[in-house]
Amino acid sequence: MRRFTEHIAHNKALGMEVTEIARASARFLLRYDAKLVGNPDTGVLHGGAITALLDATSGAAVFAALVEWVPIATLDLRIDYLRAAEPGRDVHAHATCYRVARQVAFTRAVAYHGDEADPIASSVGTFMLATKPGGGPNRSETGSARLAGAKKP
Amino acid sequence: MTLVERLAEAKRTGDYQALLDAVPYSRLLGLSARLEHDELITTMRFAAHLIGNPALPALHGGALGALLESAAIFELFYRAETIVLPKTITITVDYLRSGGPVDTHARGVVTRHGRRVANVRVEAWQADRAAPVATAHAIFLVTPATPAEKPPPAATSS
Repeated sequence: MRRFTEHIAHNKALGMEVTEIARASARFLLRYDAKLVGNPDTGVLHGGAITALLDATSGAAVFAALVEWVPIATLDLRIDYLRAAEPGRDVHAHATCYRVARQVAFTRAVAYHGDEADPIASSVGTFMLATKPGGGPNRSETGSARLAGAKKP
Repeated sequence: MTLVERLAEAKRTGDYQALLDAVPYSRLLGLSARLEHDELITTMRFAAHLIGNPALPALHGGALGALLESAAIFELFYRAETIVLPKTITITVDYLRSGGPVDTHARGVVTRHGRRVANVRVEAWQADRAAPVATAHAIFLVTPATPAEKPPPAATSS
């Protein structure tokens, strides 16, 4: 999965790295780079770079929560910017997938510099499971996706 | 030239491209802006490095989110009577359909512009404007670029 995520063209273009995948959890790193700057006067990263990081990390947390791999698609992502990112510093993200329902998975994530308890941004997201080209729902024939390690019905 | 100076220049000339080109992340996304019948349309030119799902293929949600946030900010630049540097407080993106490997356009509408906070709705579409690929609503802190010229408002009013 690490290789899969890092080979996504946009993740690669931004310089994202996967630092940890655990059950229903993912940690990514976005290294500070001049090309990601949104305000050339201050050197502060563009909000869009944080959006991409949180979206990718949240998606990886969903994959890390699934028993069997199914395609997913972001339904919605809300990002609160808690304070400005500091110029020159790398940004870490930690996402957890706290619920996998039959068709939809729910995530929470934070972006931070050094201290996860003092985040730059936080997000909540929802993801559609088992999407097919065109975006409609397409549940796998083997049944709905389940949270890894969850009791079987 | 500072960003504020570029912004003042863009407001004067109506040419927002130089402003976009001064922002590294706008260049990375391949953004361009043009006025069309009094609408400021922001376009993200398709490039392979914007792909988030190679199987479909589809644009990365982060690229679409960044386009929407950028278009919202450009709309604030364009509509605001004074020069402000909006700071995003929160943005909620709804992904409606997968973004294909083609150019994507976006336009924001300022639903409310208060003295401290502005609310903006944004839509992004590809070939068919009536079938948006993603929409967002965003809330910005709108701090005047030259705060020294205006005393801060009383804390009691909003």
